[in-house]
Amino acid sequence: MANLLIILGKVLVGFGGLLLLAAYMTWMERRVFALIQVRVGPNRVGPSGLLQPIADGIKLMFKETIIPAQADKVIYLLAPAVTLIPALAAFAVVPFGDSVTVLGQKVDLVLADINVGILYIFAMAGIGVYGIVLGSWASNSKYPLLGGLRSAAQLISYELSLGMSLLGVVMISGTLSLKGIVEGQAGMPYIVLQPLGFLLFVICMLAETNRAPFDLPEAESELTGGFHTEYSSMHFAVYSIAEYCSMITLSAVGATFFLGGWRGPLLPPVVWFLIKVLAFMFFFMWLRASTPRLRYDQLMGFGWKVLLPLSILNVMLTAGAVVFLG
Amino acid sequence: MLGEICRGLWLTIKHSFKNRVTVQYPDVKEEMPVGYRGLHKLLRWEDGLERCVGCKLCSAACPVDCIYVESEENDPEAPTSKGERYASIYEINELRCIFCGYCEEACPVGAVVLGNEYEFCQDDRGKFLYEKGDLLVERTEDHPELHARYDEKNLLTYV
Repeated sequence: MANLLIILGKVLVGFGGLLLLAAYMTWMERRVFALIQVRVGPNRVGPSGLLQPIADGIKLMFKETIIPAQADKVIYLLAPAVTLIPALAAFAVVPFGDSVTVLGQKVDLVLADINVGILYIFAMAGIGVYGIVLGSWASNSKYPLLGGLRSAAQLISYELSLGMSLLGVVMISGTLSLKGIVEGQAGMPYIVLQPLGFLLFVICMLAETNRAPFDLPEAESELTGGFHTEYSSMHFAVYSIAEYCSMITLSAVGATFFLGGWRGPLLPPVVWFLIKVLAFMFFFMWLRASTPRLRYDQLMGFGWKVLLPLSILNVMLTAGAVVFLG
Repeated sequence: MLGEICRGLWLTIKHSFKNRVTVQYPDVKEEMPVGYRGLHKLLRWEDGLERCVGCKLCSAACPVDCIYVESEENDPEAPTSKGERYASIYEINELRCIFCGYCEEACPVGAVVLGNEYEFCQDDRGKFLYEKGDLLVERTEDHPELHARYDEKNLLTYV
């Protein structure tokens, strides 16, 4: 019984926290953008505009759900969920703190410590793109279709490099479990040993989450809204929550693999974890406010001709170092 | 390429330390510059008599016909204005007005001027029909900004 309660509590805290964080990322993004663009940003609803995400959520809920006449209704309405659920589920294997004692039991602050954690995350990220492709296809409209196709092509090209960039860390630590990887970084974070891997990971992460400068699936200037052009109301909101959730999840993966996860001096582990994730998120936003969008052929060329060879090189170098230097 | 991106990032982060350019509008209101063309006002002389003499030149000058004036003879015992006649009805349809300022240029006595007021939203179209009572100021001295609009010598072509 106590076990069940603890699992329920962990799920509620983990996913509730993730969703809340995702909602507040919209606020943070707007504030960071405003900061960089010498503006103020949302500051009217609540102190510093902190209630803005809630106001936006209520507004979106009361909006009309518009379904295009020629759309495939069932798939059209289900597709956002197909994106959101994997984005949420992928977070389950990320350890967000050290173990704590609750109700006399030692509880690891990770929803599920499975021994193929990173494979699971990639699997979930892979499913997530189905939501985008299905939604764009079911809209039966040309902009979403182009956005969805781009999304699929982009994900295939960059997922390879993303996996490869993490492979170096996996080889050094000798485990696929994220908890094990955090344990392996007790001495120093892997960013010291894997600087190239970290750089590749950050670039691929941007492409994987459709963030600028790789936000071609929703390139406003050419595809209006991209894959979610036809979506409105909560279905649209679910897409954007999913996007922010996957950003947070990949930030958490980056923090876990390269920055030592929840490890850090003085402050409690959960706080360190949040700081690292937020640092990643701030970098995402900062980069989006600074870079123009890549052209589609540049995106593909960069992925296949630069990132993939570099990540293979990184894997080979790491493998050599592990074999010869121990 | 990485160097260029870093340069771009440095540029944007430098901007985030600059002073904000946003005016927090309902809390902070900027002074309107001299010559701003806002809501009309009808002025008075220092002795309290209305400037408007009901000549209808403003109405004639108005390119969109938004001013309607009817004039009557002044009562010699208790005159309303300094001329022979005064405006018994003076209406401006502010929805139709394009705020070109021709009326104040046409006025020979400096009676109608465009003020600094720009916050006159209404929830009903009928409320945009301003009558004489809505436009007339109590004391012109209370509105120095209206006085500063024109040099009186250039404005007063009649008196």
